[in-house]
Amino acid sequence: MKRHASAILFFVTPFGVLFALFYLIPILYAVWQSLYTVKRTGTFGPATDVFGGLVQYREVFTNGPFWQSIERVFLFGIVQVPVMLGVALFLALLLDSGLVKGKGFFRLAFFLPYAVPGVVAAIMWGYLYSPNLSPFTAVTASADLLSPSFVLWAMANVVTWVYIGYNMLIIYSALLAVPTEIYEAAKIDGAGVFRTAWSIKIPMVLPAIVLTTVFSIIGTLQLLAEPQVFRSFSSAVSSTYTPNLTVLSTSAVPNFHLAAAFSVVLALATFILSFAFLKVTQRKGVQ
Amino acid sequence: MAAFKLPKYAAMLVMAVFTLYFLTPLWWLFVASGKKDGQVTEGSPLLPDHFALGANLADLFHYNDGIFLRWMANSIGYTVGAALLGTLLAGMCGYALAKYVFRGRELIFNIVLGGVLVPATALALPLFLMFSKVELANTFWSVFLPSLVNPFGVYLGRIYAAASVPDELLEAARIDGSGEVRTFFTLSTRLMAPAFVTIFLFHFVAVWNNFMLPLIMLGNERLFPVTLGLYSWNTQVNQHPELRALVLVGAFVSLVPMVIAFLSLQRFWRSGLGAGSIK
Repeated sequence: MKRHASAILFFVTPFGVLFALFYLIPILYAVWQSLYTVKRTGTFGPATDVFGGLVQYREVFTNGPFWQSIERVFLFGIVQVPVMLGVALFLALLLDSGLVKGKGFFRLAFFLPYAVPGVVAAIMWGYLYSPNLSPFTAVTASADLLSPSFVLWAMANVVTWVYIGYNMLIIYSALLAVPTEIYEAAKIDGAGVFRTAWSIKIPMVLPAIVLTTVFSIIGTLQLLAEPQVFRSFSSAVSSTYTPNLTVLSTSAVPNFHLAAAFSVVLALATFILSFAFLKVTQRKGVQ
Repeated sequence: MAAFKLPKYAAMLVMAVFTLYFLTPLWWLFVASGKKDGQVTEGSPLLPDHFALGANLADLFHYNDGIFLRWMANSIGYTVGAALLGTLLAGMCGYALAKYVFRGRELIFNIVLGGVLVPATALALPLFLMFSKVELANTFWSVFLPSLVNPFGVYLGRIYAAASVPDELLEAARIDGSGEVRTFFTLSTRLMAPAFVTIFLFHFVAVWNNFMLPLIMLGNERLFPVTLGLYSWNTQVNQHPELRALVLVGAFVSLVPMVIAFLSLQRFWRSGLGAGSIK
């Protein structure tokens, strides 16, 4: 359709140009960079970039620490995402159940941590975990939360603390959109609070749960601020603790070609995982 | 009657426990940043005794020629600027995708939607290499320009425009002889105002929280946003113990603008989050 062509161009072009410059081209540039490698003539000779094909990807796939970091965030996500979304769903259902007074206050109190940037949340909790600074000495004296066996879950708590309220609000807003006639019908059929929640409310808000899950998967694979900050608190967090830390420390070497290959693999993995999750849930009849 | 009330008490108890979980750390941060002479462990950890927040604030604002205030100003500059302009651009694009039928519309929408799934951190390194090539790395623009792009805003903009701007109204404006662009700015933006606030809020939080991009891009600490500044102080605490108190006071102060934005605009959060989950 040729109608309004200039108006459409006017509306779409500014965003389109920026999106191309700062989203599409960087992705292509990363792919391009990852296909090169540095060649030196002699030990101290000048370094030149030469085309290396998939050399960097061979390095990525045989890089032990990188795969350990993938394994680590996978373990993190398997536990943290269900716990966080489970609690968020539970709180949203409670808010919607009619059992709670002062809903406005609780909504705000639970959502407030979302206003705290990841870096600041990590710094704050880092001090709360530190044995010699924490106000919760009863806890920190019996278990060193910053030790290798605990620190991953200590970080999981930081992420959970920040994002429960945000996810709860998304689910709660979806609950508010459910037409009330459905509840009337359920009441007449004799369904109680739990029955209504399980058989009606949860299925109705499944799309919201799917959306929050996808965002949480993306967030987990991108973990950076929390582990980076925790490196100051705990020697258990290495420079390759999460995939993004690996990208960061590899580019600091600097080995940009390998770091670009890590980025590409990571972006692809995120994309495939989120997309697969969307497809699988859609096939199961979630809209 | 007592048996009937039990679930209510149980529900309120659960809510109270979670309120403690969410608010205690923030309360501790407030108390700790007020401790006199930075003695965080002095006195009671959760009661404001040895309280000298004013003196601590003065220390914070004067340290290193007031670098902290500079960081706050940077954060506000990066965030408010990028979110205002970015919201307008995303809103315009979403509006066009919702209200006009043209070839490539779905293709553009799908590519932008794919952009939502691309981790922003995967973009930081190639962006750094690109900005280095044109010698713009370690400048204000190297953080500001990439922050303008908000694909999720386009997605929200399309949903809102489709829901809140009736085609009949646009048709009527056309008959009155109003141009498309003028109609957008005088009519449609007004109908989409709540949507714009929501997109703005999401964008604001995303840029304010962004860590990897400034971390990779910036070397000059006078350009740091406040998150990166606090992070850099925190890494130096072992060599400069006096920074420990400043990190805590700074962390507390850095939350103030966000909390104000949240409290004053909270009704938009609810409507916005609801729309985000429609799809």
